[in-house]
Amino acid sequence: MAVKVLIPAPLRRYTSNQESLELEGGSVGEILDDLTGRYGELKKHLYGEDGKLRNFVNIYVNDEDIRHLQQQGTVVQPTDVISIVPSIAGGF
Amino acid sequence: MALTVNEAQLGAIRAHGERTYPRECCGLLLGRFEPDGAKTLHAVYPVENTWEGAGEFGLGDGEGKERRFLITPEDYRAGERSARAQGLEVIGTYHSHPDHPARPSEFDRGNAWPVYSYLIVSVQNGQAADLTSWTLDDERQFQFETVHQTTEV
Repeated sequence: MAVKVLIPAPLRRYTSNQESLELEGGSVGEILDDLTGRYGELKKHLYGEDGKLRNFVNIYVNDEDIRHLQQQGTVVQPTDVISIVPSIAGGF
Repeated sequence: MALTVNEAQLGAIRAHGERTYPRECCGLLLGRFEPDGAKTLHAVYPVENTWEGAGEFGLGDGEGKERRFLITPEDYRAGERSARAQGLEVIGTYHSHPDHPARPSEFDRGNAWPVYSYLIVSVQNGQAADLTSWTLDDERQFQFETVHQTTEV
């Protein structure tokens, strides 16, 4: 099942400059696996060395942060739109 | 890589850093990606530093806003909407280092996105000082980015 995924500007250099992709999967986790399977160079920016999604990477299903849903187990429908949304933190 | 800015934009970023001193300021840089990979800044989009809410995102580490900033995904989305309304994109971010050099820290690096410009202004005793820009390479290391300053507004 293909679901639309919106790619933020900083990651488009890894997706041949495509702003959105149709990716296969029935859950957010499966969709992300399909994404990093197709575009392996993306992986280090989305996942830390511990294999977990980096804290500043936010995944939305439509307008809802998956932290408020079932995380990466969130089930998706073909009509859903998944967005990868940056949060930006820093300091010294 | 290079970032083209104008004097008024840098002035706005410096003033923001002085206003929030001794706490960090932050914001988004709205502009355009040029075909050669360079970036041009068209609008400075200040964001309130909401670091105290960082725990929700697993980012809290006990430090305060004197040493940390956060732009939440909701604030980012608002900035992105503002950019699109002006025919622009988010091309980077800026923040201040109060009483600390304008160099990215390990914390900056650990949380950074590729491609974006990370503009840092040092604010010493309440006065904006050095301003530098950095961009993450494919090895997730920060590289210095040239800032071209133009006089046009």
